[in-house]
Amino acid sequence: MSGGNSLAAANIGVGIGAFGLASFMGVMQALSIADVQFPARSESLYYISLTAHGVLMALVFTTFFIMGLGYAFSQATLGRITGRRTAWFAFVLALVGTVMAAQSILRGQSTVLYTFYPPLQASPLFYIGATLLVVGSWIWGGVMIASYRGWRRENPGVPMPLPIHGMLATIVIWYLATTGLALEVVGMLIPWSLGWVKTIDPLLARTYFWWFGHPLVYFWILPAYVVWYTVLPRAAGGKLFSDPLARMVFILFVVLSTPVGFHHQFADPGISARWKLAHTVTTYAILYPSFVTAFTIIASLEVAGRMKGAKGLFNWIGRLPWGQPFFAACALAMLAFTFGGFGGAINAAYAMNSMVHNTAWIQGHFHVTLGTTVTLTFMGATYWLLPRLLGREIRFAGLARVQPYLWFLGVAFFSTSYHIAGLRGLPRRVYSGSLSGDNGAAWHGLTVLAAVGASIMFLSAISFLIVVVATWLAGRRIEAPAFEFAVPLRPVTALGVWDRYGLWTCVAVLLVAAAYAYPVIELLAHPRFGSKGFQPF
Amino acid sequence: MNVELYERIWMWAASGLIVAFLSLIFVMTGLHAITPPSHFETVDPASLASNPEFSSPGVRPGPDGGVVVSVVAEMFDFNPNPIEVPAGRPVTFRLTSADVIHGFEVVGTNANAMAIPGYVSQFTVTFDHPGEYTIACNEYCGLLHHNMVAKLIVKKGTP
Repeated sequence: MSGGNSLAAANIGVGIGAFGLASFMGVMQALSIADVQFPARSESLYYISLTAHGVLMALVFTTFFIMGLGYAFSQATLGRITGRRTAWFAFVLALVGTVMAAQSILRGQSTVLYTFYPPLQASPLFYIGATLLVVGSWIWGGVMIASYRGWRRENPGVPMPLPIHGMLATIVIWYLATTGLALEVVGMLIPWSLGWVKTIDPLLARTYFWWFGHPLVYFWILPAYVVWYTVLPRAAGGKLFSDPLARMVFILFVVLSTPVGFHHQFADPGISARWKLAHTVTTYAILYPSFVTAFTIIASLEVAGRMKGAKGLFNWIGRLPWGQPFFAACALAMLAFTFGGFGGAINAAYAMNSMVHNTAWIQGHFHVTLGTTVTLTFMGATYWLLPRLLGREIRFAGLARVQPYLWFLGVAFFSTSYHIAGLRGLPRRVYSGSLSGDNGAAWHGLTVLAAVGASIMFLSAISFLIVVVATWLAGRRIEAPAFEFAVPLRPVTALGVWDRYGLWTCVAVLLVAAAYAYPVIELLAHPRFGSKGFQPF
Repeated sequence: MNVELYERIWMWAASGLIVAFLSLIFVMTGLHAITPPSHFETVDPASLASNPEFSSPGVRPGPDGGVVVSVVAEMFDFNPNPIEVPAGRPVTFRLTSADVIHGFEVVGTNANAMAIPGYVSQFTVTFDHPGEYTIACNEYCGLLHHNMVAKLIVKKGTP
């Protein structure tokens, strides 16, 4: 295993470990909401594990996995990782931060959920740990950019490899997003939790949080898109339908992903309706690159089916390798995203949002998107990566074949139930679906169905972990297969406008400034009262 | 950029769909003056006890024959509870929190706003159907978050 590949493997391993821990907590939470009694069920355990589940899934699993994927792509397409020692330092830093935050959560000192809205106040270790994780990821981004620049010096005038184009988009989005997070955590939460300042403005903190919180979802989804564009068509036996459009899509995400945060704050006071409407427009605009992606990927798969001899209008679908775990996982992930995308359009609808805001609909929604579109793609990518990184054959191939379908079945029950329960009014993040004891007749059966779905998802997660651990420790040693990427139907040969990252990053920064400067200044200029910290846990 | 005809058609169709979605939102916003709760008013959360309005929250007559309801959300209850309002008349809620962030969701309606300490959320709704509604806190606020519910009674005729 080359040094670059062990770096990728280490990051992916930590990510998957976090996923395993968090998936166990997830099933307990669904049972608790359904009011199923089980030993050790308690409010305290529920909200601690809800915090841990959110942090481990949304921040730790994703960030480490994406860092690993980035290193693997860099090694495979640029032939290098510039600054390997720095990259290992980043890995250790992020891991130390994760352990700090995790132990403070598990000891019950930071039961603030993964949105950590003040004036709920966590232990300083929670905020500092999270900061170290993010700083580690910043260094990762620097290493990736340095690797690209080194390659560029040796290859002037050549379009960059598409996987790197997509990863650079991911990194620029991550820097834009985490600027908001740094303003909140370093500028407000850490000094406040250490007692250096007495009070905090909860609305300003929320605004910074959602500056980060929505582009965060594109930080998750773009690496999945990179896998769909650059690996999936090849694995399906076809070609990438359009290379320049893929580049356009990545750039549109860079430009549009951040100035959208107010659609998470429709129900908040203190932000004017006009600005909420402005963010609604940008939020809808960002549907566009996903629509284009849907066409390009499906067209690429049709090419694959036709290259295998399919003739009719639809029978190319049957020619696709549905028994291949990587393909099945990605295809099901994309299917989930068609539902998730339209659900997202409802969340972002200025007026309709108030029917679903903070209801179980929301957890239904992000288990289709992050919990399936991203997670299933990453599971599939794991099956693709492990033999290439470790030089080992996948163990329990049969289990790996079934596992993506099992996940999809589970989430179908889970998310459909919570979408409907949310429309009927079930609030999100509750220990018990019957609330204070006598509520919830309108949604009781649905919470039980969701718990059934969560149990099926858990079985799938366990299957995934068994395959990963068995492959890692005891997979038959083979010569590592090559990293093969999809060839475009018509290769791009010249540098185009979509490769001009400096330009597009400037446009993105200007848009973020335009979207946030006025509302934030308006907020800061208004006489406000701070809040002291509370620890009701 | 060389784009296939079918893909070009799709791209125009996708643009059209997005424009249609947004137009619908703008038209509805304009016609019905629909806006999410976006009131901007601050209040000191540490001294609600001496605040003339929020020290004794409750229902009082408002303009247009409606009522104004001042509500304080506080771990893990709403004050007042129950809240009694008339059906078919504008009900203006004025909502704040005495401690952490809470949610205020009248289950089965589109009355749904955040109670943020230091700020007053204000929004107006009309309940057409008399009956008893559950008000649920829909933002995590501590270990008994799920217990934080109150009752809204919508009465026929004059209050």
